[in-house]
Amino acid sequence: MAPWNPRMEEITPEELRRLQFKLAKSLVYRLYSFNDFYRRRMKEQQVHPDDIRTLEDVAKLPFMYKADLRDGYPDRIFSAEQNELVRYHVSSGTTGKPTVVGYTERDIENWSESLARGFSSCGLGRGDVIQVSYGYGLFTGGLGAHYGAERVGATVLPTSVGNTERQVELMQDLHVTAIACTPSYLLHMGEVAEKMGVSIKNDTDLRIGFLGAEPWSEQMRTRIEDWLGIRAYDIYGTSELSGPMFTECTEQQGIHVWGDLALVEIVDPATGEVLQPGEQGELTITMLQKEALPMVRYRIGDLTALDESACACGRTHPRIGRIQGRVDDMLIIRGINVFPSQVEHALLEIPEVGRHFQIVVDRKGALDAMLVRVEVSEEAFSDKITDLMLIRKMVEHRLRGSLNVSVDVELVEPGSLPRFEGKSKKVVDRRSL
Amino acid sequence: MEKSYIVKQISIFSENRPGRLAAIAGALRDAGINIFAFSIAEANGFGVVRALVDRPEDAHRTLTDLGFRVSFTDVIGVKMRDEPGGLSDIAAVLGDAEINIEYAYAYSGKDGAVLILRVDQVEDAVRQILGRGGELLKASLSR
Repeated sequence: MAPWNPRMEEITPEELRRLQFKLAKSLVYRLYSFNDFYRRRMKEQQVHPDDIRTLEDVAKLPFMYKADLRDGYPDRIFSAEQNELVRYHVSSGTTGKPTVVGYTERDIENWSESLARGFSSCGLGRGDVIQVSYGYGLFTGGLGAHYGAERVGATVLPTSVGNTERQVELMQDLHVTAIACTPSYLLHMGEVAEKMGVSIKNDTDLRIGFLGAEPWSEQMRTRIEDWLGIRAYDIYGTSELSGPMFTECTEQQGIHVWGDLALVEIVDPATGEVLQPGEQGELTITMLQKEALPMVRYRIGDLTALDESACACGRTHPRIGRIQGRVDDMLIIRGINVFPSQVEHALLEIPEVGRHFQIVVDRKGALDAMLVRVEVSEEAFSDKITDLMLIRKMVEHRLRGSLNVSVDVELVEPGSLPRFEGKSKKVVDRRSL
Repeated sequence: MEKSYIVKQISIFSENRPGRLAAIAGALRDAGINIFAFSIAEANGFGVVRALVDRPEDAHRTLTDLGFRVSFTDVIGVKMRDEPGGLSDIAAVLGDAEINIEYAYAYSGKDGAVLILRVDQVEDAVRQILGRGGELLKASLSR
């Protein structure tokens, strides 16, 4: 597929590195001068902008972590004033406080440009109708895919998540050719369509899927492509990078990370040492042009490997492989990040239940189902079933409020939940991809 | 006076899976505690076992020490004629007095039938039943 921005997408690797060095250098000078948080970090690590003399010297810079966003809640590590921002998005934090990300006009511009390159590398363009079935709102998925698709001239159908029968009807009636959603939601949509007597393969014009926001596998890709008669592409991003940001091309051999926007390093999760291409480690990204919320050597927590070899599509930018897992205990439930520590934090605020819990994740049909098992506290135990049912409903409601994902709650006998075995037993994940 | 008819029932939280009733009943057996009557109320995934026993304090301690979630609930036991109309008589007394029955279970033992009731106004219920010639279990039946 023809490049959206040929000058940039087919830049030589040497030119790209020169550009990355120039951008990294000016980013570091700008942060050192104007961002109190990152200047302090650099001073703690005894590194000065003048120490960055080659692109490799970026490895001398201090890392950033999700905890930095939490500690700086809501906008204390931003590099832009509120009146320069055109948007906020909010995602779950690791505890009670969410993570706020902000965007200048130029940040939104670069985000859209990044996805426009990705979408067009998979053949999306003018004449296509794309159904965006990621959530719209505080979550970055819906609006991110929306802006990228509009940029390439496609017609956007902003269905968001849910009301699946209506989504299938609209897909047929408006001749939708592409969809952006989680892979599990697309499988669910396929099942719902079949119940309605609609075969997505034979009865719709759908031909492309941009699937992400949760881990999936090559087996799932094969199943989706064969069953639904489409080409399924991996899409990657996190709110800290902006949102969904990078995609595979038609080669389906890894996700192109546009080097003029993001510098990828893969580091050893334990030592922080930079690993070689092909070695699996923690994805660490420096956003080279982000204005509102700079991200330098941000440790995302996803495990993958870097591929710098030339891609058959002709695009010269490096690729990352499928995400192989997490360095921490983060779960992804229907595309939403959930940390067990958030559950713990929420339960501490509910006196009717104890502080011990267990999370059981499974698939109900194609969709994730999350169960949280808790103990009723001594004070709250009533021998009336209706009282206990109310407690269960209340806990479900409170957890849904703090996790942004619906949860089933099960009341269990005291002492039956894991206590000191560490986090491995706190989460039971029965999903297979 | 009404207080002497208010019986302490023990209520035990139980997960709804095989072996849980056996664990509770086994613990009471090992402590030499006799169960007069019991019932199980179930919801999705869990239940509450309610029992009248001869030594409620001991039963509470025994089960709590084993890690069960246990509470006391005030109930009354109404002696019931074991013939058509027996239940209807008692229910009518409470209904006329606007006393709501939250739950009930019954047993028919050697000394006749007994209806165990949890009501929203327990002392009022005792007065109404005695006033209408009904007979109630004495709390002293259990120590």
